[in-house]
Amino acid sequence: MYLTKEEEQILNGESGETLRQAIEILVALGDIYGADRLIPIKSSQIAGVSYKTMGDAGLEWISDLQGKVKVPSILNPAGMDLQDWKRLRISPEFAEKQKLIVQAYEKLGIRCECTCTPYNLEGFNVGYGDHLAWSESSAVSYANSVLGARTNREGGPSALSAALLGKTANYGFHLDENRMPEISFDVGYSLKGSDYGALGYVAGKLAGSKVPIFHLRCTPDADELKALGAAMAASGAVALYHVKGVTPEICRMDFEEPTEKITIEKSQLDEVYEGLRKACKEPELITIGCPHCSAAELEKAAELLRGKTVLKEFWIFTSRKLAKLHPEYIKTIEKSGAKVVCDTCMVVSPATNSYSCVMVNSGKALAYVPGMCGAEAVYGSMETCVEEAIGETTKKVAKKAGGSN
Amino acid sequence: MVLIKLKGRTISRGCARGEVLLSIDPISFLGSVDPKTGVIIEENHALEGKSIQGKVLVFPHGKGSTVGSYVMYQLKKNGVAPSAIINLETEPIVAVGAIISEIPLVDMLERNPYEVLNNGDFVVVNGSKGYIELIKQETNKTECN
Repeated sequence: MYLTKEEEQILNGESGETLRQAIEILVALGDIYGADRLIPIKSSQIAGVSYKTMGDAGLEWISDLQGKVKVPSILNPAGMDLQDWKRLRISPEFAEKQKLIVQAYEKLGIRCECTCTPYNLEGFNVGYGDHLAWSESSAVSYANSVLGARTNREGGPSALSAALLGKTANYGFHLDENRMPEISFDVGYSLKGSDYGALGYVAGKLAGSKVPIFHLRCTPDADELKALGAAMAASGAVALYHVKGVTPEICRMDFEEPTEKITIEKSQLDEVYEGLRKACKEPELITIGCPHCSAAELEKAAELLRGKTVLKEFWIFTSRKLAKLHPEYIKTIEKSGAKVVCDTCMVVSPATNSYSCVMVNSGKALAYVPGMCGAEAVYGSMETCVEEAIGETTKKVAKKAGGSN
Repeated sequence: MVLIKLKGRTISRGCARGEVLLSIDPISFLGSVDPKTGVIIEENHALEGKSIQGKVLVFPHGKGSTVGSYVMYQLKKNGVAPSAIINLETEPIVAVGAIISEIPLVDMLERNPYEVLNNGDFVVVNGSKGYIELIKQETNKTECN
């Protein structure tokens, strides 16, 4: 891997231990994956924030680092709402460690907003072809696929190293040849809302780490694309996908159709919804906002909950910034008894661990909640989630087997 | 006396020595190893019950969660990390873990380490320069020769 004179000096420790270690990480990854050089990045998003996943070791490592990041950098969701952590019964011991982690990042000049949808925030707007070092799998998928930017699935330490250097190694999804579709999915029926999360949950398992191209009979909106990509990044390792006629890269570039073609049947999506009917237990907790709710999703949740009262715990996750920008939606949602929670999500917060069955409208949460939270997860649309929370589902679900949308 | 010197690829810099501990199985640092003791706790793992502390740990490649990098750092802080690592081919979790924990790591040696090294051999791993040196072979082995 070619290094400039300045980069060589950093590797030899002339700019201090933190930068030496940062460039060593990037050079090692570059050598493993055959990068030719380091390239500048526009922004970084750093995973490894929840104390639940990184523990004392992660906290110690970040605390030992010195210096400041060179590009706008932001954090992935933490293990709790940083301001109102008591509401979800987080222990004071956990809260204390979680705050130390965020403070350690803040010291490095990182914006301590904890969100999986940084692309909705000022300073993290992304253009076509921009190089990034993002690490939250759904944000990576959204940046690559929906925005046409370029980032690999960075791990916590590598994204942080890239932020400190303002550079990343030029391999993987930064290169044209790795962005071509490798597997084609044909979906011969119309989809709406949570159907995209269900499709992603099914397609991710089939795609693994390949780049899929979808042939759809309808045009998904931004939130539907977000749900599709997030689910595929969780049930598989998909970091980039194309939708014929929709996503920007496939519209601008001339790609050949892959030889591997798979048709996804309606029954495969119905199976994802079937889990609710077959669940051992009734959902005790209902959650939406994985990835974090957009303004449009908050508005929809507020409309569905307007004038209703929830009978079960109902948590809606979003970024603090969007919650602040839309107090009217938050007010309507909370008036129903549902809670709007910021900085965290049902996957990385220990709060979810105390429930045995969780209902989600996210293919990503469906994939992660069982393993990471030790709870059964069942799937439904946002409408079904609200019905479940206000106690109107039981009679409907039996009738509406597979009830999509 | 250096018996054999093998070139490889630098992954994590630094130089360390120790006794070889071979694992035919891949290792997931999250779940396979107790970060407090350095003992392999994964059931039915080739090294189950053995300590990796201070050893030149030879394994094919890593597996499992990215949090494994931080577990390697915890092993180092607890003084129970391997002194060096040799992989057939390193994957990113182990690469990053070795770098932040300052454990020298070399991979893609010019000869297969499983054909050259035996448990108990004394080896130097020079991560900075990308080679390993077999200083002394395990006693039994030497006598057999």
